[in-house]
Amino acid sequence: MATFGFSILKDRQIDYDNNDHRLFRFIEEQEPSIRLCIGCGGCTAGCTAAGFTGFNYRKLNYLLMRGETEHLQKGIQQCMLCGKCKLVCPRGVNTRNMIFALKRAFKTPLWEELQKKINV
Amino acid sequence: MTNIKKIAVLGGGVAGMETSIQLNRLGYQVDLIEIEDKLGGHVRNWYKLFPDHKPADEFLEKLISNLSATDVQIKTSIQINAFLRKEKKLCLFDQACEFGVYDAVVVATGFDLFEAYRKEEYGFGIYKNVITSAGLETMFLGKTIKTSGGNVPKRVGLVHCVGSRDEKCGNLHCSKVCCITAVKQAITLRQMLPNTEVFCFYMDMRMFGPSYEELYREAQEKWAVRFIRGRISEAAQNADETILIKTEDTLTGRQLKMNVDLLVLMVGMLPSKGTTVIGKKTGLDFGMNRFLKVKDEHYHANETNQEGIFVAGSASAPMNISDTISHARAAATAVDHYLKTTDHERFSEKNNIRNLEKALHEK
Ligand SMILES: Cc1cc2nc3c(=O)[nH]c(=O)nc-3n(C[C@H](O)[C@H](O)[C@H](O)COP(=O)(O)OP(=O)(O)OC[C@H]3O[C@@H](n4cnc5c(N)ncnc54)[C@H](O)[C@@H]3O)c2cc1C
Ligand code: SF4
Ligand code: SF4
Ligand code: SF4
Repeated sequence: MATFGFSILKDRQIDYDNNDHRLFRFIEEQEPSIRLCIGCGGCTAGCTAAGFTGFNYRKLNYLLMRGETEHLQKGIQQCMLCGKCKLVCPRGVNTRNMIFALKRAFKTPLWEELQKKINV
Repeated sequence: MTNIKKIAVLGGGVAGMETSIQLNRLGYQVDLIEIEDKLGGHVRNWYKLFPDHKPADEFLEKLISNLSATDVQIKTSIQINAFLRKEKKLCLFDQACEFGVYDAVVVATGFDLFEAYRKEEYGFGIYKNVITSAGLETMFLGKTIKTSGGNVPKRVGLVHCVGSRDEKCGNLHCSKVCCITAVKQAITLRQMLPNTEVFCFYMDMRMFGPSYEELYREAQEKWAVRFIRGRISEAAQNADETILIKTEDTLTGRQLKMNVDLLVLMVGMLPSKGTTVIGKKTGLDFGMNRFLKVKDEHYHANETNQEGIFVAGSASAPMNISDTISHARAAATAVDHYLKTTDHERFSEKNNIRNLEKALHEK
């Protein structure tokens, strides 16, 4: 196929209206404290995983809350569940349980459905 | 016997002094009772005041000279230990003796600073170069800002929200004045030490008062104060006694570490010990933030759940000086209104009296 020096770029905006918010609701129900996050970054400041990989708990929390589910599964593989983030958090977000809840979610039919959507 | 009504104002800080002045101008006989040997409260320890950099002592002198122009009775070094209701009056006890009988009492016993050593991860009381915002004011007053090694700090970090907005120390509230205090102190640092870099580590910049946002802008524009949005997770001392701090620079999404020569903790405001003790002894309600609870946040911001007992200033919530002055003046108006209404109106809320009697009996 002939190239014309440009390609069709994927839209980088968070398409809030079209995003699927069911995963957030699922996690929120199991760990309601995730809504309390004020994005201070205390969790990420001391996180060993964040020091050596691109993983960032604060961003993970916000991506989930915005319905951006694409990178979550890969992201949490870096987390060692050490719980340092939970010790720091001024809002009492149960960070570790949020990650456990995500892990549980990845085994549900909802996740399979979301995966299909992402891969279209 | 005179029929001039007598009022006790507890606490001789900004709030107590201003309430006393206004009540006296309205024609009441006022006893201003301060636990310490001097008037002025916390402001006595500050160097310059935001937002206009007015010297704090100049402000206090003005307030004290206004007070001297009245015939308010100033009683320092007095600790009130007990309260008793005698018919419609309140009887105050100093040690075991009756100190005085009053028609109304205004509680203006202010705030205490958060004890910074409780946030152990910041190392106050462990590392020599970690100080508090109050400690920095003391350095300003002494006109020498030095590290533990006696050197001029080349870099200073100011940490916002220490002991506020932090459920780990049980304080959910925002102390309101520490953001603007940080801006004020950062500017003073840059003025006194032009070759020193100054960084503020904040979660939100709460510039709530007139010309505060402009001062924040001035800090950036004129004084090149650097602002980094991220909560400091920990501080550690290096071999040379400088301090290594860690945060997430949330606006770039990357971890950030930095060495500073001096770390200043912007400690929050809590109700003072006096506020708590007097509140308990008189059966006052406390809010979620443990400050004294007012009857209505909008319309009865000086009235309490107890007849004849009013609150002024930072005993009711964290406040800057201008809000404290307004609150104090409003307290005087509220007391005046209370004393001028008829007995029937005054004692219509019988439950309140019963509550007080119950509280007094439980003591
Ligand atoms: C670091 C820092 C810097 C600040 N800088 C500024 C600034 O630049 N500009 C500004 O507008 N605001 C500033 N503030 C806020 C300011 O300090 C307060 O607004 C002000 O002190 C409130 O006055 P107050 O009278 O309510 O309380 P306080 O100042 O706390 O006074 C209370 C008084 O009551 C007395 N007392 C306590 N218990 C008893 C008792 N049992 N019996 C009798 N007396 C008692 C105390 O000894 C004290 O004298 C700053 C605050 C901090 C923490
Ligand atoms: S539990 Fe995971 S996210 Fe939290 S600090 Fe440890 S590695 Fe980082
Ligand atoms: S420490 Fe808590 S409040 Fe701060 S960003 Fe992390 S989860 Fe959110
Ligand atoms: S005023 Fe600023 S520093 Fe103080 S508690 Fe509120 S947000 Fe934190």
